[in-house]
Amino acid sequence: MTYEVPVAPGESAELEETADLATEVWPMWEVFVRARRGISHVHIGSLHAADAEAALQNARDVYTRRGEGASLWVVRSSEINAFEPDDISDYVDANEKPYRLATTYEIPDEVGHM
Amino acid sequence: MTLEERFDVILAAEDKIEPADWMPDDYRKTLIRQIAQHAHSEIIGMQPEGNWISRAPTLHRKAILMAKVQDEAGHGLYLYSAAETLGVDRDQMQTLLHQGKHKYSSIFNYPTLSWADMGTIGWLVDGAAITNQVMLTRCSYGPYARAMVRICKEESFHQRQGYESLIRLCSGSPEQKAMAQDALNRWWWPSLMMFGPHDTDSTHTEQSMEWKIKRVSNDDLRQQFVDMTVPQADYLGLVVPDRDLRWNEERGHYDFGEIDWEEFWAVVKGNGPMNRDRIEHKVRAWDEGAWVREAALAHAAKKEGAIT
Ligand SMILES: [Fe+2]
Ligand SMILES: [Fe+2]
Repeated sequence: MTYEVPVAPGESAELEETADLATEVWPMWEVFVRARRGISHVHIGSLHAADAEAALQNARDVYTRRGEGASLWVVRSSEINAFEPDDISDYVDANEKPYRLATTYEIPDEVGHM
Repeated sequence: MTLEERFDVILAAEDKIEPADWMPDDYRKTLIRQIAQHAHSEIIGMQPEGNWISRAPTLHRKAILMAKVQDEAGHGLYLYSAAETLGVDRDQMQTLLHQGKHKYSSIFNYPTLSWADMGTIGWLVDGAAITNQVMLTRCSYGPYARAMVRICKEESFHQRQGYESLIRLCSGSPEQKAMAQDALNRWWWPSLMMFGPHDTDSTHTEQSMEWKIKRVSNDDLRQQFVDMTVPQADYLGLVVPDRDLRWNEERGHYDFGEIDWEEFWAVVKGNGPMNRDRIEHKVRAWDEGAWVREAALAHAAKKEGAIT
């Protein structure tokens, strides 16, 4: 509960989600961090910034205040093309192709570890 | 399998719901409400401590306080980012906060009157936040749970620096110790209020538990917090301002007194000591920053023009 505010008697639990904005807003960027050498960049969150340079600066301040990152990427959120769970039915179930799995092949014990 | 069945299967398997998944509309709304309020709390929560940055007693304490307040800004931003995955817009949430249509935790509607309040807030307020947020790392919504993992790591610094600062005060002059006691007297009950109404009066708890957004009830979290905190107060040599507080051997927990619920609801409804100030300050800071936001956009447009 801590940071959640209870609904006071007589108040509505419905929370408004949209408001009219007076001005243009900064676009959104997705942030990817390489935590250390030897591993890939991992998506860590998003932020808003006017351009890529500012987005990188903000990403450094927001997501790597304790040396969590050796490298940062920022990508405009609108540039991300995603494959969503609902599209999965368009694809053949991988389980129908067990011959792709190493464990489906029987190798005699005498051969040793393979 | 229907979409709703798949949602239920994911929950039952203790798996995470991710942004692109189908989810019941009320699940989405409950999360938006909770994450937005959480984000607003982190942002407004910078004010009570920001109040003491320029008056910190040493450069060391000042640097610590600045780092902590900056962390809280970061927490707000992680959380706005998590809320945005549910289809709400950050600037809109903020506008709604400014209009008084979104709320934030009542704890930040109390004033910070002395330096001892800084240590006490770190110890109690961040301590209460940890109790709650550790539970939320197991929340069923992926982006919220992940934000909590990051936040919890940083909260540990917040609580420890606060408690350590109180150890110093409590082993200082009698005046310093009295200042610490005064801060505890003022912050103890509002800290217990942070956990919300009794389970019996908490309308949303049941549904939130079913959805695995909330994993532990308000009263259980509050009990956990009291059990953890009372021995820490003892170590400091401070007295918890509750005559009904005593160890209950049978239950294996501390018994404690009743919260002043009238005060609780008054602050929730906007009538705490600092409600109006906090929003006024927030709106002023936002308005005064308007030229920076506009200039950054103009600069970006100009650069873009120069490239193409
Ligand atoms: Fe925080
Ligand atoms: Fe904190």
